[in-house]
Amino acid sequence: MPTLKEYEPIVGHQVIEELALIADKAKHLTVQNINSTAVGGGVAEILNRMIPLLLELGVNARWDVIKGGEKFFKVTKKFHNALHGKQEDIGPEDFTAFMETSEMNNKSMELTGDILLIHDPQPIALVNQRDGKKAKFVWRCHIDVSNPDERVWSFLRPFLDRYDASVFSAPSFSQQIPIPQFLIAPSIDPLSDKNKELSQDTIDSVMNRFHLDPEKPMVTQVSRFDYLKDPLGVIQAFEMVQRNIDCQLVLAGGEATDDPESVEVLTKVRERAAHNSDIHVLAIPSGSDIEINALQRASTVIVQKSIKEGFGLTVSEALWKGKPLVAGGVGGITLQVSHKYSGLLCHSIEGAAHSIKQLLQNQEFGKKLGQNGREHIRQNFLLTRHLRDYLLLFISLFHEGDVIQL
Amino acid sequence: MTDTPLPVARDVFHFYNRVHLRALTGIKIKNLRELLEHVKTVPGSVIYHHTHHYLQQHQSLTPEPPNDFAYWVTEALNENELGEKLTSINTCEFSSIRALREKIADTIEKHLEKSKHSLKEANEGQEFYLMRSISFVLPTPYSAQTLQEFVEILKKVSVHSIYYHMFEAKLRLEKGVNDFSLWLETSLGMPDLAKKIARLDPYTHTIEGLREKILHMCGLAMAKSTPPRETN
Repeated sequence: MPTLKEYEPIVGHQVIEELALIADKAKHLTVQNINSTAVGGGVAEILNRMIPLLLELGVNARWDVIKGGEKFFKVTKKFHNALHGKQEDIGPEDFTAFMETSEMNNKSMELTGDILLIHDPQPIALVNQRDGKKAKFVWRCHIDVSNPDERVWSFLRPFLDRYDASVFSAPSFSQQIPIPQFLIAPSIDPLSDKNKELSQDTIDSVMNRFHLDPEKPMVTQVSRFDYLKDPLGVIQAFEMVQRNIDCQLVLAGGEATDDPESVEVLTKVRERAAHNSDIHVLAIPSGSDIEINALQRASTVIVQKSIKEGFGLTVSEALWKGKPLVAGGVGGITLQVSHKYSGLLCHSIEGAAHSIKQLLQNQEFGKKLGQNGREHIRQNFLLTRHLRDYLLLFISLFHEGDVIQL
Repeated sequence: MTDTPLPVARDVFHFYNRVHLRALTGIKIKNLRELLEHVKTVPGSVIYHHTHHYLQQHQSLTPEPPNDFAYWVTEALNENELGEKLTSINTCEFSSIRALREKIADTIEKHLEKSKHSLKEANEGQEFYLMRSISFVLPTPYSAQTLQEFVEILKKVSVHSIYYHMFEAKLRLEKGVNDFSLWLETSLGMPDLAKKIARLDPYTHTIEGLREKILHMCGLAMAKSTPPRETN
């Protein structure tokens, strides 16, 4: 894992110095992170990167994982989907199974941190151990709970209400709850395979491998095949653009073979694209980070025409690469893109087509948007900002008021 | 051209850094009536956040995007006239958040009274989520006692430090004037330079632009003077 020093050429000396100044006020704290898995998934990925950096800054950060059997994780998977607003068949036996494992974890897991940072719903019931403890309990919710299933949300609420604070990833996830809620947006790691600088040779070889024309302007959307990402709408918009401009479209996303909806969407997208040789549907295995990075870097315009979006890390990735962007003006995308300043927001297929055309034809304008976008990401959505927010969160738990003099 | 020595300040100027954490309020706004109701009643830290966070968040954009209220009524409600009026509120004229809040509320209220048409609703996904800003003020290792030292430090401190002394000190901490001008006038005895900096409208510059402007003004003031004489 990279050290803080390695981020300095990217974010500047001042940012690293500032992190050290802030961390100095949190050095005495032990922060115990608890989640449900040590490998796989976004939470483990961020903890893997964050913990070494916190330790480097002198904060005693730890990471523990709760235990649970297949039955428990089946239930928590259902909870996860239901909190995302998906219809799930959940019965009383599911709640019972959740409580049995939670009680087992409460008996076996020792909570020793000054701050207990509990990630997502799986370990939420650990808050039952708070009686008699001085520690601060924080629930870090990484999932989109803007439209949760009422039954699951009501079940979790008594636990949530016992926490000292909660953290959500986007403003639209906030809830009317009696405890303080903080906003800590996700981030991208500029040194990861998905975002690091690539040589032209690497980019060319990826273009070649996917039979893409390096001479033709390329419009790209990177996202899983999901109706909410509107890949069919992107095709329609692209075909409107094609009437005036010779260009190619790349729709790249993971092959989620375990998700029936994704398979269905991919099939429809392939059918819809079959007659147009300038549309390239690339279902590539997850973990193909260098390939995604190269495709983004080779693009003339990047699209993220989401109809609903939690945060939209693909938007951060595109902007970080300085690319002109056309994106649906929804959810967390609006945190990242200011219309006409750092990208173009659209609300319809026609609007998307018009914006793509504008950017393909006015490359200077696109370049300016791309530059602004990259700076916006540098200042607000890189891992170092994420780290700073966590440090501030830890400090804030021990202070009151809106202006804290340290 | 006068040839006076650069003064040494009575008090040292300590540079501070200001960083912030955003807190969510759970309030979601869909139309102007809801916006007005909440603008009148939310804590000052919410008004402060939505009229200032963009300055730190969009440090490099020129021109800078308008404040959140103006941006939202224009982009989500298509209320261009009101958006323009909210954009043109001259924040630097206000010495307290309370006064700024009243101006914003009054602008929205007048628009609502005037417009006879039905209330526009934001589309799903375009609602306005109110947030507040929690400021953390930290001392930096830097302090100055002469203009020369001040300039050298100003060149290297983070934009957050400049933000704190130019914006937060004046409005949120209600000092009435920015910290730089206050020190230059009362401690360093350079009232002309202090006034020049105080007259800047910091809301129409990027923070980097502001840094350059202040450095330029200081440079001119230094050019008019010779370095301090050695005292034995």
